[in-house]
Amino acid sequence: MTSIAKDLPIKIYVPRDSSALSLGANRTAKAIQQEAHKRGIEIEIIRNGSRGLFWLEPFVEVATANGRVAFAPVQPKDVASLFDASFLNPDSSTAKAHSLNLGLTEELEWLKKQQRLTFARIGITDPVSLDDYLAHDGYKGLANALKLTPAEIVKTVTDSGLRGRGGAAFPTGIKWNTVLGAGEIGVQKYIVCNADEGDSGTYSDRMVMEDDPFVLIEGMTIAGIAVGANQGYIYLRSEYPHALHILNEAIAKAEAAGYLGENICGTNHRFKLEVRRAAGAYVCGEETSLLESLEGKRGLVRFKPPLPAIEGLFGKPTVVNNVISLATIPIILDKGAQFYADYGMGRSRGTLPIQLAGNIKHGGLVELAFGATLRELLYDFGGGSYTGKPIRAVQVGGPLGAFLPESQFDTPLDYEEFSKIWAVLGHGGIVAFDDTVDMAKMARYAFEFCAIESCGKCTPCRIGSSRGVEVIDKIINGTDVEKNTKLVRDLSDTMLNGSLCALGGMTPYPVLSAMNHFAEDFVPNSKPTLKKIIDIVVA
Amino acid sequence: MANALSIEKLTTIQSLITQHKEMPGALIPLLHAIQDTIGYIPEDSYLPISRALALSVAEVHGVVTFYHHFRTFPIGKHILYVCRAESCQAMGAEKLEAIIKAKLNIDYHQTTSDGAITLEPIYCLGNCACSPAVMMDDEVYGRMDNQKMADLINEARAS
Ligand SMILES: NC(=O)c1ccc[n+]([C@@H]2O[C@H](COP(=O)([O-])OP(=O)(O)OC[C@H]3O[C@@H](n4cnc5c(N)ncnc54)[C@H](O)[C@@H]3O)[C@@H](O)[C@H]2O)c1
Ligand SMILES: Cc1cc2nc3c(=O)[nH]c(=O)nc-3n(C[C@H](O)[C@H](O)[C@H](O)COP(=O)(O)O)c2cc1C
Ligand code: SF4
Ligand code: FES
Ligand code: FES
Repeated sequence: MTSIAKDLPIKIYVPRDSSALSLGANRTAKAIQQEAHKRGIEIEIIRNGSRGLFWLEPFVEVATANGRVAFAPVQPKDVASLFDASFLNPDSSTAKAHSLNLGLTEELEWLKKQQRLTFARIGITDPVSLDDYLAHDGYKGLANALKLTPAEIVKTVTDSGLRGRGGAAFPTGIKWNTVLGAGEIGVQKYIVCNADEGDSGTYSDRMVMEDDPFVLIEGMTIAGIAVGANQGYIYLRSEYPHALHILNEAIAKAEAAGYLGENICGTNHRFKLEVRRAAGAYVCGEETSLLESLEGKRGLVRFKPPLPAIEGLFGKPTVVNNVISLATIPIILDKGAQFYADYGMGRSRGTLPIQLAGNIKHGGLVELAFGATLRELLYDFGGGSYTGKPIRAVQVGGPLGAFLPESQFDTPLDYEEFSKIWAVLGHGGIVAFDDTVDMAKMARYAFEFCAIESCGKCTPCRIGSSRGVEVIDKIINGTDVEKNTKLVRDLSDTMLNGSLCALGGMTPYPVLSAMNHFAEDFVPNSKPTLKKIIDIVVA
Repeated sequence: MANALSIEKLTTIQSLITQHKEMPGALIPLLHAIQDTIGYIPEDSYLPISRALALSVAEVHGVVTFYHHFRTFPIGKHILYVCRAESCQAMGAEKLEAIIKAKLNIDYHQTTSDGAITLEPIYCLGNCACSPAVMMDDEVYGRMDNQKMADLINEARAS
């Protein structure tokens, strides 16, 4: 037993995140395993989370004494050539010369420029290994929380400046304080994690749940201890089957190790956690609709007040928080409120996990302190459009977010700066469109989506959205364009002011921003653009 | 009139009801369990469900129809979801959608004549960095093009 290190199989990392799987990571892992077997080489494949450089998935890493070396993207057809080049010894000259060798992962500019706090472990650890979690600062936040009073935990969260990452940006500490003070002593309270992530262009919740589930579990446990709730639910969208299995596996492990259930970490605290599957209704991401759904009903939006913090699930005081809000709690409790608050600008404190999506060359997860501009994200990180054409429009904040033209790309990512230009940051999704986009079509789609997903409780949303589709169709067809344009504006006004929730109330954001910033797309009889001429000639 | 359910299915439903009925907010998890086991939620199950959970049949019906995920009819061997949301639109989802419909010779909510594939629209799969995306059963596929789509469909048909 002289050289243990030499006898240990070499560790190879192949992500199990569903975006990596969607590009063939399972096939790649299998091919590597088979090739190693064929050559009589012993390796250990670890299925880690994704580093979030999705244009490079399957992103394979080989562990070395200096850190992990990345080879990406690796398809099964590349595997034999990697072995031929001795990629298991990345320092060899052949491995260095291999075209897929990207060098040390930690040295990649794309990652180095980020400030990963909530995503500190993601892509590094094995998501379902509690040991790995503990070895990478896991459960340090809970350990600190257990030394504090509930009011002190809440104060830490308030002082950190953390605001709800689901999109509404309400201060998390203030919400918790309401729940802490609600009801009589000993009343049943709940922690509900909103994992419905319905916004197109967003996947940060999914990544946390698939790639670092224990951080969400830890965050929810701390929330429970802070406000006096002993039951938690994760309301998970049904479109995320992998997250369901991973969460359930992680919950079982946390329970077995005494981090969930009775007597958490040997204390008198008790916290139970259960995953509940949603059923494909976008509106159920709205917190009161979500609570109705958890109670087993149709997801009709409730009137507020009463706030869920006072009368939530089964009428009891309830914290409803987004996945990212809750997954950020552990690092705040670990490193302190000030550590977190030191990041950011203005009233937007800390970091935002930004998701680059749509027509973008380098799509992926970028966690940064608030304050970076859209342009930096689109070009420095995103590398411009996927198709190589100019980026013409960007939708930030999901289907209810405004479309921004190039002239607004210098807006810093900050809640208040975005409201100044009548836009929202929402859950941090950025969807890019190149110059082939037809903005009238996008406006039509915004109404169509609202019509499909409306809970039906209020008329402006239910009827207005269907009307909107019809009227935009008329504009597209060139019927009474002026009259119908005014009609869209009136309709939008009614929806803005007369809707109970933000589905009806914010659908006018994409519609009106498309009309205001891209008016040329709403004038069917305008002189033909070069693109239209080409289309005609080609046809 | 829907065909009466087999005794076997009714027994399955009954045992799922027994397993779930004490849960707080049992209805949605129960409906999931039924659909996962049988493939859909037969309307004949509304009555036993409503009795066990002290609801009216109309309430059960109301819940089933509110959620896009639940269906009351059997589907093909595989279910193919095509993402129609913005990020995938930005990467040509509309074209992909047309290709798929032509290839399968069906529209949304229909099943191919060989019973292999049911086609459904979906609004975001959380795979937006790899748009356009589809999901076949429980697996997501990204950066779909004509060729990858044809391969995926052929694989499903063969299995
Ligand atoms: N993540 C997604 O997929 C997604 C999808 C659609 C919309 N959204 C976002 O949702 C937002 C709208 O959400 P909303 O309607 O819940 O916003 P809201 O402003 O009504 O509420 C925000 C949160 O603060 C809480 N709150 C407000 N006052 C409080 C108080 N005094 N004490 C305690 N808690 C209090 C609310 O209960 C809620 O949890 C939009 O801005 C949009 O960006 C997100
Ligand atoms: C139509 C609609 C859909 C929503 N969907 C989500 C969602 O999927 N995830 C989420 O966290 N918040 C969503 N929200 C916001 C929630 O209502 C709520 O503000 C949030 O869960 C609170 O958590 P936070 O304070 O941690 O952000 C949605 C709101 C509306 C109006
Ligand atoms: S705005 Fe639309 S989704 Fe929201 S409560 Fe009204 S009808 Fe329901
Ligand atoms: S509930 Fe009637 S308009 Fe909103
Ligand atoms: S929009 Fe298609 S996967 Fe998100």
